[in-house]
Amino acid sequence: MRRLLPTFLRPYRRQLLIVVVLLLVQALANLYLPTLNADIINNGVAMGDTAYIVRVGGLMLVVTLLMGAAAIVAVYWSAKTAMAFGRDVRGALFRTVESFSQMEVNRFGAPSLTTRTTNDVQQVQMLVLMALTVMISAPIIMIGGIFMALRMNARLSLLLVVILPLMVGFIAVVVRRAVPMFRALQVKLDGINRVMREKLAGIRVIRAFDRTAYEERRFQETNDDLTATTLQVTRLFALMMPAIMLILNLSTVAVMWFGSLLVGNGQMSIGNLTAFLTYLLQILFSVLMATIMFVMVPRAAASADRIQEVLDVVPAVGEPETPAPPPARQGTLELRDIDFRYPGADEPVLSGISFTAGPGEVTAIVGSTGSGKSTLVQLIPRLLDVSGGQVLVDGVDVREMSQEDLWARIGLVPQRAFLFAGTVASNVRDGKEDASDDDVWHALAVAQGRDFVEDMPEGLEAPISQGGANVSGGQRQRLAIARVVAKRPEIYIFDDCFAALDFMTDAKLRAALRAETSDATVLIVAQRVGTIMHADRIVVLAEGRVDGIGTHDELLETCETYREIVYSQLSAEEVA
Amino acid sequence: MNERQPAAEPRRPMGPPRFAHPGMMPPAEKSKDFRGSTRRLLLRLRPEGAKLLVVLLFGVVSVIFTIVGPKMLGHAMDVLFEGVVNQKLPAGATQEQVLAQLQVSGQDQLAEMLSGMHLDPGAGVDFAEIGRILGLLAIVYVVSAVFGWMQQYLMAGIAQRTMYRLREDVDRKLARLPLRYFDDHPRGDVLSRVTNDIDNISMTLQQSLGQIVTAVLTIVGVLIMMLTSSVLLALISLIAVPLSFAATMQIVKRSQTQFAAQWERTGRVDGYIEEVFTGHEIVKVFGKRRRAIETFGSLNEQLYEATFRAHFISGIIQPSMMFISNLNYVAICIVGGLGVTNGTMSLGDVQAFIQYSRQFTQPITQTAAIVNQLQSAVASAERVFELLDEAEEELEVAQPEVLTTTEGRIALQDVSFRYLPDAPLIEELSIEVPAGETVAIVGPTGAGKTTLVNLLLRFYEIDEGTISIDGVDTRRLTRSGLRQLFGMVLQDPWLFHGTIRDNIAYGREGATEEQIEAAARAARVDHFVHTLPDGYETVVDDEATNVSQGEKQLLTIARAFLADPQILILDEATSSVDTRTEVLIRAAMSDLMRGRTSFVIAHRLSTVRDAHTILVMDHGSIIEQGDHQSLLERRGFYHDLYESQFVEALEEAS
Repeated sequence: MRRLLPTFLRPYRRQLLIVVVLLLVQALANLYLPTLNADIINNGVAMGDTAYIVRVGGLMLVVTLLMGAAAIVAVYWSAKTAMAFGRDVRGALFRTVESFSQMEVNRFGAPSLTTRTTNDVQQVQMLVLMALTVMISAPIIMIGGIFMALRMNARLSLLLVVILPLMVGFIAVVVRRAVPMFRALQVKLDGINRVMREKLAGIRVIRAFDRTAYEERRFQETNDDLTATTLQVTRLFALMMPAIMLILNLSTVAVMWFGSLLVGNGQMSIGNLTAFLTYLLQILFSVLMATIMFVMVPRAAASADRIQEVLDVVPAVGEPETPAPPPARQGTLELRDIDFRYPGADEPVLSGISFTAGPGEVTAIVGSTGSGKSTLVQLIPRLLDVSGGQVLVDGVDVREMSQEDLWARIGLVPQRAFLFAGTVASNVRDGKEDASDDDVWHALAVAQGRDFVEDMPEGLEAPISQGGANVSGGQRQRLAIARVVAKRPEIYIFDDCFAALDFMTDAKLRAALRAETSDATVLIVAQRVGTIMHADRIVVLAEGRVDGIGTHDELLETCETYREIVYSQLSAEEVA
Repeated sequence: MNERQPAAEPRRPMGPPRFAHPGMMPPAEKSKDFRGSTRRLLLRLRPEGAKLLVVLLFGVVSVIFTIVGPKMLGHAMDVLFEGVVNQKLPAGATQEQVLAQLQVSGQDQLAEMLSGMHLDPGAGVDFAEIGRILGLLAIVYVVSAVFGWMQQYLMAGIAQRTMYRLREDVDRKLARLPLRYFDDHPRGDVLSRVTNDIDNISMTLQQSLGQIVTAVLTIVGVLIMMLTSSVLLALISLIAVPLSFAATMQIVKRSQTQFAAQWERTGRVDGYIEEVFTGHEIVKVFGKRRRAIETFGSLNEQLYEATFRAHFISGIIQPSMMFISNLNYVAICIVGGLGVTNGTMSLGDVQAFIQYSRQFTQPITQTAAIVNQLQSAVASAERVFELLDEAEEELEVAQPEVLTTTEGRIALQDVSFRYLPDAPLIEELSIEVPAGETVAIVGPTGAGKTTLVNLLLRFYEIDEGTISIDGVDTRRLTRSGLRQLFGMVLQDPWLFHGTIRDNIAYGREGATEEQIEAAARAARVDHFVHTLPDGYETVVDDEATNVSQGEKQLLTIARAFLADPQILILDEATSSVDTRTEVLIRAAMSDLMRGRTSFVIAHRLSTVRDAHTILVMDHGSIIEQGDHQSLLERRGFYHDLYESQFVEALEEAS
């Protein structure tokens, strides 16, 4: 937080200054009012001087007006500054994340990055707003109040020495007890929500196994648990407000008593006593506000740290300083002795991988989970950068090409199909912005998506919700494939994206793709033997190394790993 | 770390802490029937009726005592003031003498002021009286605090018990809803009702209900006290009341639209961020990065505009109230000062009044805020009530038959079923499945293969025909009795948060340790479990990363082994599982199927070939039926399916 705030607040120095000055004005006016009131009582009421009352009363009104104006202008600037701060931090985070490679995104995880850019920014932004209103004025009012109280009567002010620690101590004790309780409460809330989520997700299993009674007990336990904890917290707070009010009120009684003694002895005027009472309330209220506000600080500081952590990342993959001139588009792809390891990892994910793929060829990559297949294909569009060796597209090292140019040559269908909120057409057009409706239909037909899109009442304009949550997994996958087909890249990369399709659709899709991609380089990562057996070249990966390269027939002869994969999918009797 | 839920669940934007200004909460969604739902929500408090009365009573006592405070303080001030005046007057003189003397000396005003007092010239300050008043005052404050505490303490119990019951009702309801409800409603929506909405009601019930009682009582009480103290000053203050209420309402109304805009735009920005970050690789590789940054920039700017306006407008409330309050304060000082001067009022009254006027604005602002929050809670309550009002599963038969053991003979006779009235799905389907045989269901994605499963388990009720087990119509059994005959393994393995042991034991109530481990061995997951640091005590859940998809599948197979049912429903996985686990799953599944009647949603050739009956489904209905050989000979849909996937592979592999 110590770095985040100065960095992003610097552009608003002038606004901050205005706010602080205005808050100061406001605080001073607030402190001045009881003095005026005291004057009215001492010099006006006690002397029976009506003219004085009216005159000072008028002054009070002017001060009030001034105070209100200052407050509104201060709110204007503090709201503007705090929200601009939030906007800037959000913007910086977004731009930073957009420069990330897949490695950095994976390190934090997309959900965490999202939380940091949304909730965490909001936390810090609210803290800034609070700071610009309450946190600055509370100490001013407190110090000013104490100063004025001393001026009214120094001896009576000694009472503050007793009252203030009592008040702060009490609040601190309550807050210290409350914080772990709140944390526990959050855990319990998450718990009951998790149970609900599980029950909804597993509703078929629960009913099939006839475990409704068990589930009811499980829910009841979490419900009991949550209720007990909530009661604890709320009962603590039930005590807090009455207790604080009691401290405030008893302080008033004490001041009144000792004040009366002083007034009786002629050591203090009645007007000063009433003013003192007002100051007392002001001081105690500012202490209360400050304490509550400072409870927010640790939480916001944690958020600020999480934000700073993202901003501090230097992305591993960057734009080359002087990009190589774009090579002619041929669609050749060459991997030269590739190594890849995550920084600090003992074991490389991939090592010593070489192969070449040319236009019109289909290259398949197989291997069990964890063999490094997905990592391998991410090296091509530079979602990750190799640790050793070279990836060459059209004869140029991808690290020397401008990223935009590189990406224009590649069409990727990731393992987890991802669609953007919009329509069917807008998602397909993400591949080619100026694609005509006919082009879009064609792409859909190739991707075996034409039928289900035609079945949708809105057709191409059928809405797609964020991530594609409103269509089935298989449909999502086909739309993602259509997007790449519309793009017509030189190099197609299908990262295990046929798995969500049944074998019938899978077969039809591959047949249609074959015609579409006849002059392009195609890279297929897959698990199913049926999907890849016709490839011109099959690369078998095992534990990050190439275990064999060849056609289906060749590999059945020579490669043990490949045979194992084939046998696992077709029973022995079928292969034999 | 407060990470987000998966995207499927609609999230309410996270609001700032609730003690902030009114209008800072998410906008109150409009309820369809505010009155009706409010009534119903209040009716839920009925079991707490007696306690609520006590709460109200305690509230009244607490407020009365709080309100009496300033009056008593003012009284003490009067005594002090009289004492001070008395000190200045010659001892022994009577009040009349003093007043007469003052008038003679031309100090008419002072005389007027003193005429309203009980003077005892020369007596000095009556400390005993002040002490008595302040002692009493201290007691009053303590009593008020104790009652206030007890009120809130009881209120906490009332609110929590009410919420406990509501959650319980919702949970019970979920168990009684037909599966159709869950299939028709997005899971995120249902989840949001049972979590977010309930949280929202709980929060409001806890905080606002107690507060609004106190706030309204305070407003009434203060009003009475002001009127009894001084009608004139009360009238002046009363001008301030509608003024401040109107001002607050105006500002709140205006900030409401701004806050609505803020939440709407926050939602859009959050959604966009989530989308772009989740689809990071797509955004990059499709060259959309620049466009994403531009789009975000403009969304971000719009959000800034809205938040700034919302916070500025709501930020005006405080200074405006302060201004009105101070205006009132000055007015009281001037009029009160004049009143004291001409003896129609005591200094203590004025003092008390100032405090009252301070106490007045706060509950008014508070009420405005609470009304807003209540609206949102009622809208939430309405959504929960909607769920509670949904039609439940049809009643069970009055005298159900009981099948404790079964051979597993299943017959479907002329079964027809449709999800929608005008879209027949299954028409006059008849199959006989002898005990121990396997039925494979095949067909393209989305062909409706799970429909059959739904009917067998009576997740859905058939429209016509009969399904019988060992000759008994399944509708003559209770649902629970029927389902006890079945075991199920879904391709999306479902684990709940708990140990591996608990997850396997889910298959059978009261399973012993040996039975659990035997089931795990049979499912070939025993070895894997022992590789985990905590073995069977390892905690897993649906999003667990310490267990792979394939291993989860094995755990659910172990669950089915433990249940040891006569009839099985299996859904073969299509998702990528690594080779070794795949082998284990196949072996475990075929062991599991041995000797049991099985329905398999099949994706593997071997399963299909070995099945006694194959049901070929397309577009939601069964288009072909028979065994492998007869279907191939028919040269229909199945034949094409088989050719496209398997034949070539077989030829080349052989």
